[in-house]
Amino acid sequence: MDIRFKRKLINYFALSMSMIAVAFGLFWLFWILLSVFKLGLGGLNLDLFTKMTPPPGSEGGLLNAIVGSFIHVGLATLIGTPFGVLAGVYLAEYGRYTWLGRSTLFINDILLSAPSIVIGLFVYAVFVARVGHFSALAGIFALALLVIPVVIRTTENMLVLVPNNLREAVYALGTPKWKVITKVTLRASVAGIMTGILLAVARVSGETAPLLFTSLSNQFWTLDLNKPMATLPVTIFKFAMSPFEDWQRMAWAGVFLITLGVLSLNILARVFFRQKHKN
Amino acid sequence: MLNDTQTAEAMTPQITVRDFNFYYGKYHALKNINLDVYRTKVTAFIGPSGCGKSTLLRTMNRMYDLYPDQRAEGTLLLDKTNILDKGIDINYLRSRVGMVFQKPTPFPMSIYDNIAFGVKLQEKLSRAEMDERVEWALKKAALWGEVKDTLNQSGMSLSGGQQQRLCIARAIAVKPEVLLLDEPTSALDPISTMRIEELVTELKDEFTIVIVTHNMQQAARMSDYTAYMYLGELIEFGVTDQIFIKPQKKQTEDYITGRFG
Repeated sequence: MDIRFKRKLINYFALSMSMIAVAFGLFWLFWILLSVFKLGLGGLNLDLFTKMTPPPGSEGGLLNAIVGSFIHVGLATLIGTPFGVLAGVYLAEYGRYTWLGRSTLFINDILLSAPSIVIGLFVYAVFVARVGHFSALAGIFALALLVIPVVIRTTENMLVLVPNNLREAVYALGTPKWKVITKVTLRASVAGIMTGILLAVARVSGETAPLLFTSLSNQFWTLDLNKPMATLPVTIFKFAMSPFEDWQRMAWAGVFLITLGVLSLNILARVFFRQKHKN
Repeated sequence: MLNDTQTAEAMTPQITVRDFNFYYGKYHALKNINLDVYRTKVTAFIGPSGCGKSTLLRTMNRMYDLYPDQRAEGTLLLDKTNILDKGIDINYLRSRVGMVFQKPTPFPMSIYDNIAFGVKLQEKLSRAEMDERVEWALKKAALWGEVKDTLNQSGMSLSGGQQQRLCIARAIAVKPEVLLLDEPTSALDPISTMRIEELVTELKDEFTIVIVTHNMQQAARMSDYTAYMYLGELIEFGVTDQIFIKPQKKQTEDYITGRFG
């Protein structure tokens, strides 16, 4: 066979295989989105945002779960981000060539891929079991533990991407190390780090397993971090598994809200990153 | 006209390299280098790729310190201090010995801040004094005319040649005594290259300049002294005219005439 024809044939084959793979992925994604929209929109009403989770058969909303989710994700990010960014800075700028740095990075990668239920059980064992009751604080702690490795990895990645040329140029002016980091390398990678934080937020806002052992859930309104608190994922879990139709409808509405939230966070992260990259 | 003391000062070397060895891990990259860099003169390092000329340049501001497996031995005097000593203040050393790299490296900030960045590290200037310094440095680097209305724009928005002149301006704004240029024109087009060469020739009245270059005509045009290096050794060092017209060693002659390298 003509070699050029053969090369074209292989090219077509590879191209169509990858197109099929893309179509396969998109098919499920769109199906999921479609059913979430169809089933979720039905349960959407004003009560959802103004009333508390009801007992079966009566009127109610998801207000306490929505607020609970915001508190959980917000505080977990607030706690996790500084640790993650600082550790990432250490790994990229101070420990890059050291034994400690390299092994920390390795362990962080393990933590990054640890199933979230393991984190939940860990927090249950060291916190909940000792205190003797479930609490929002324990849930926030568990989510923060999930945020940290994601932020560490992206911070480290983004800082390592800053070319050594640039770093050398800053040092060449007689710049002390902390100023090199704060004024130039962090500044050059801030868009990437922000993206990482947003992706971490997106990840933990859908986490259910670690909250089952920590925050549990709460039928009622509470802002007390020392008490069990409702969150969207756990409420969805509870309601979707129930035999009551009105609960199931609400679960779908909750799924819709989470999907919308995570989707917009992802899009936000992407747009933010692209804009910053252009400058 | 130079008076006698100035002549004498010009002839005392500003940088003295003695019995100098350099290692990348176990690899012995520079072997027993002895060399003098004279005050307010241009000294060029030439030689084929991998001969160690950039390595030698990068020891003069201790750039190699950033990498833990790189190590230098011997004596490297800047005036009378051995800059290889552990106790020296590296940031102060780097404020006296500026450097411009092969690839233009504007910082991710405005043109003005690119210049002011290094100055702020060393001096406390009022806003007006800083404006003056930025203008002075940009004029010295022959960039002022092109950027004077866009000082708040990002330094990244400039063309390659302009970026490199920005880097030169940034280096001289700190008022160093020595300027190290590591192949400063190899990433630039011929016109930008010419402008930078002219610039270097003007700057040598005030700064001691050491330049690494792959371009032999460039070395011949710009430098007062030339060092030819090969495989980590200094083969020949002397007045540029002599190296190019009547080299003492056959190896140097082969390289310069293009029979090798």
